[in-house]
Amino acid sequence: MEKRVTFKGWLLPLCLLLPQVVITAVFFFYPAGQAIYQSLFIPDPFGLSMRFVGLGNFEYLLGDPYYRASFLTTAIFSGLVTVVSMGMALYLAVLADRLIKGSGTYRTLLIWPYAVAPAVAGVLWLFMFNTRVGVVSWYLGILGYDWNHVLNETEAMGLVVVASSWGRVSYNFLFFLAGLQAIPKSVIEAAAIDGAHFWTRFRTIVFPLLSPTTFFLLVVNIVYAFFETFGVIHTITSGGPQQATTILVYKVYSDGFVGQDLGSSAAQSVILLIVVGILTIVQFKFIERRVHY
Amino acid sequence: MADGMVEKRGVGLWFTHLGLIIGVLIIFFPIWLAFVASTVTQPEIVRPPMPLWPGDQFFENYRKALVSGINAPVAKMLFNSFVMAMGIALGKIVISLLSAFAIVYFKFPGRRLFFWLIFLTLMLPVEVRIVPTYEVVAGFGMLNSYSGLIFPLIASATATFLFRQFFMTVPDELAEAARVDGARPMRFFWDILLPMSRTNIAALFVILFIYGWNQYLWPLLITTDPSMNTIVMGIKQMFPSGDDIADWPVIMATSILAMLPPIIVVISMQKLFIRGLVDSEK
Repeated sequence: MEKRVTFKGWLLPLCLLLPQVVITAVFFFYPAGQAIYQSLFIPDPFGLSMRFVGLGNFEYLLGDPYYRASFLTTAIFSGLVTVVSMGMALYLAVLADRLIKGSGTYRTLLIWPYAVAPAVAGVLWLFMFNTRVGVVSWYLGILGYDWNHVLNETEAMGLVVVASSWGRVSYNFLFFLAGLQAIPKSVIEAAAIDGAHFWTRFRTIVFPLLSPTTFFLLVVNIVYAFFETFGVIHTITSGGPQQATTILVYKVYSDGFVGQDLGSSAAQSVILLIVVGILTIVQFKFIERRVHY
Repeated sequence: MADGMVEKRGVGLWFTHLGLIIGVLIIFFPIWLAFVASTVTQPEIVRPPMPLWPGDQFFENYRKALVSGINAPVAKMLFNSFVMAMGIALGKIVISLLSAFAIVYFKFPGRRLFFWLIFLTLMLPVEVRIVPTYEVVAGFGMLNSYSGLIFPLIASATATFLFRQFFMTVPDELAEAARVDGARPMRFFWDILLPMSRTNIAALFVILFIYGWNQYLWPLLITTDPSMNTIVMGIKQMFPSGDDIADWPVIMATSILAMLPPIIVVISMQKLFIRGLVDSEK
């Protein structure tokens, strides 16, 4: 982990580090410290003073049914986004991998939705399912199904899941296809000679060999669903109806900026910080293991 | 042809293509619909079902969006997004190159401490610390400014981590030779290390540009002045409050304009993009 050859001096390296250290201190460590500090206080209604409450904010949060509901919502939401986007991507990648020629063309056709911002994806899907002008909701109406994600909690959840998974398919497809193409063809051919059919080969050989990619994508997609889907939720449902799509990150925003409940918002930030920490450790542990393969 | 063993031919091949084409169509459909909506008139949309084939209002709708928009001209929002994305990408690359160079090529007191301080930031996305970060930025008077949009998002170590990994793979002999020749450290950095890092820098630039362009929550918080809105967050602001009907053709034209730059970057630099993606997740 260390270079054998290094340069002498200490002033130059400190100057080189300075920009990053200053920016990190001002915009990262100080705010993160503030979040932890504020989570231990309740500001009075006029915002003039802070009352120390220790872990009171946390106790309150963990007993708050709305917060617990938001935890459950986040779990369901990220679970669904992960399964939908990875399932669709794996299906497409397996098909593309079967082609001798042309898999590159399909890759070009499939990767670019990755570039579409979650918030823009939200607007596109909102437009399709809009209760007044949406094309898809109109045709559903013809079929006798009355689509209304503004009132129906299940439909609202379904819509934000699909909108969040859509651009993510590209990303997962890219990694699955690379993983599939790295599997030696000879292994699969050997199984084919033994008479194993496609589905048997996939289940017993391909999928197990793909498991490092799958596990990696699992972690990355959960992190994505937790933190990067704010734009989708904000554009489509604003957390509603009745908080049915209020994921944790959305709640930090709505309690902190809309509700001005700073103590609670800070405590929520700290809880999220712990969640990110755990996910990061899982990811690093896994990567370490992958290096030893 | 050993491949013939496994690859399907004939009917199977056609089914494979069919499955892929259906997938591509499903992925394309939302964008196609947005494009169609951006080329028709408002009455054609509000009386469903809207047409599925483009109309003749392309120039009219895009001109209206770019020049007047709804709260602010979309041309201005595009410019804001461009400044923000470039600022984040270039800023992050510059400070990360310098700090990675210091950490890898020097031994000095406190090196480990700085290393860990920087890498702790890998863990915490801006979404988690929004309220206090907002207070810091407001304290500096940086609300509604480009520096307020850019700096808080530069404070992360992904790029530093990547450059460190890359510098570790650069052969020691190069630094050795530079030292024997009496070259000063910055000369080595400038003449040898930087040219060697070109592809890594380009790949990272693609990823960071898209990351910066697609930011939503942060611009939403700190740009209250519509003329400072970025395009990605500005779209939502174009929806009327209450029961009024949204100006869909203009909103959809803006959506298309918002996704165009990152899509062009991804398609035109596909190789670099894939490389950057794989690198930054390692």
